[in-house]
Amino acid sequence: MNLEKIQQEWFGNVRNDVLAGIVVALALIPEAIAFSIIAGVDPMVGLYASFCIAVVIAFVGGRPGMISGATGAMALLMITLVADHGLQYLFAATILTGIIQILFGVFKLASVIKFVPRSVMVGFVNALAIMIFTSQLQHFSGESWVMYALVALTLAIIYILPRFTKAVPSTLVAIIVVTAIAIFGNIGVRTVGDLGSLTQQLPLFLIPDIPLTWETLMIIFPYSLALAIVGLLESLLTANIVDDMTDTESNKNKESRGQGIANVVTGFFGGMAGCAMIGQSVINVKSGGRGRLSALVSGIFLMFLIIVLGNVVVQIPMAALAGVMIMVSIGTFDWSSIRTLHKLPKTDAAVMVTTVAIVVITHDLSKGVLAGVLLSAIFFAAKISKVKVTEELLFKEQKKVYRVEGQLFFASVSDFPNNFNYQDSVKEVEIDLTRAHLWDDSAIGALDKIEMKFEQNGIMVEYSGLNESSKQLKNRIGGLSKASGH
Amino acid sequence: MFTKILLATDGSDHSVRSTHYATELAEKFGATIGVVYVVDGSTSKTDVLHHTDKFEVKKKRKEKIKKVEDVLQNTGIEYEIHILHGEPGPTIVSFANKNEFDCVVIGSRGLNEFQTFILGSVSHKVAKRVNCPVLIVK
Repeated sequence: MNLEKIQQEWFGNVRNDVLAGIVVALALIPEAIAFSIIAGVDPMVGLYASFCIAVVIAFVGGRPGMISGATGAMALLMITLVADHGLQYLFAATILTGIIQILFGVFKLASVIKFVPRSVMVGFVNALAIMIFTSQLQHFSGESWVMYALVALTLAIIYILPRFTKAVPSTLVAIIVVTAIAIFGNIGVRTVGDLGSLTQQLPLFLIPDIPLTWETLMIIFPYSLALAIVGLLESLLTANIVDDMTDTESNKNKESRGQGIANVVTGFFGGMAGCAMIGQSVINVKSGGRGRLSALVSGIFLMFLIIVLGNVVVQIPMAALAGVMIMVSIGTFDWSSIRTLHKLPKTDAAVMVTTVAIVVITHDLSKGVLAGVLLSAIFFAAKISKVKVTEELLFKEQKKVYRVEGQLFFASVSDFPNNFNYQDSVKEVEIDLTRAHLWDDSAIGALDKIEMKFEQNGIMVEYSGLNESSKQLKNRIGGLSKASGH
Repeated sequence: MFTKILLATDGSDHSVRSTHYATELAEKFGATIGVVYVVDGSTSKTDVLHHTDKFEVKKKRKEKIKKVEDVLQNTGIEYEIHILHGEPGPTIVSFANKNEFDCVVIGSRGLNEFQTFILGSVSHKVAKRVNCPVLIVK
């Protein structure tokens, strides 16, 4: 059974997997180079990452058919680490990222992703798109109209060619055409080679050249944690999208662990941390890729192309890459969120916009996600902390009944005691909690406080209608605050 | 003449109009109707991004074609709904051919020439490649 499954995942779809893998490799190369340039490292770092991650994830990933490699989301997180401490620290951070992700997988924490609300996820992808776009603007500064013309040409080919033929990836054609124009037209625009070197060899095993001290750990840990979280967030989102596109299930904890293993390996082979790629995975599935073979082929074919064609790749003009990145950012942005923004609940819209704003200001996707999650938590607490109290006076018995409706917990009880009139000239008060729920000791404390205040005025208090779990909670900690003399 | 009619829908008001044509045909010939709704890659991405889990995604898609289903339910014609994944054109074509439908009813969005150039026309692709007669509802 198990062997059958392995066979199916690897060889169930050989022809389509190989073809899709080749298509993906062609699309991966410009992105890996462009993401390296965003991170401020040599193109080889991104290419090695995409090679290692794709190959390793083919074996240990939990979602066959998904493509992982160097990504924009991760590249954006490492800019300051590379600038302040250098490449070796990036390798170390990549390894630590992997270790954190492996722990996530081993302790089955993939389900914590459900604590990230949808509006935060939408904000995340939109912020990512905006960041990828703005990261390209630097390539335009001080450039002539030639740059703009070449970028426009790149985009035109990318978007219009698929109308005529889908046999070849339009991105590849755009890059070839623009590179040819730059080489044969001899127009002297900036190329990949001007921004870094390309070595035509396989990645070698290395141990990051860093002092193994507490201080080093303190430098890389915050980066690794952010990378681990953002990497898993994007990977699990992508896994869900691939699940949906292929109408199949996947193992999210295995995928988390696989992403971790892939990053550890990558760090030891001179690559930067990466994760699953939404765009590439969609391309893979659309091209017929379903199994593990397509990821493997994409990684190997990418490396093969670099070794064979490295001296051509360095001549790709930055204009072509900037065009591809603009396409990537347009594809990443969730345009439907703009169309439906006015229809969303105001709090959801606020969370989405806040997530985007924090990322754009801090240039850190993980801070945006954190802010978004916190803000949603606050909105949620505010929403459910509305407690309604209605009162009814029973003349004959000289008794007043308060009916409480809502959730009683730390956020909702601060004003709760103000709903009661302690000066009433009644003998007895009944507080009906049938439609309320007590959640924590703050709720019990509030009830004790109310009881005490009534008793100070000689009014008897009776609580009724407590549900089972609330009763247990009240019996366990009730009366403590009163007894302690507060 | 027709026993199995395939109705391709995207849940739009326009495809509700196509539904009326399909039901009239089915009533006339005593045919059953297969409804197909194709989710493409970018729709997959948007749907997954905006919904907590796959049950919600499923529910949302069912709601999307509810207007079509309502029409069918009112007629008493035997029908079945299929939600498929892939590029709309080729997916509808292969589904129709494989399951031997003998008529496909599909709406044409009424795009102008430029929009058709950019977006492509699903109904044209289907009409060109499906093995059975196709009714394009304008």
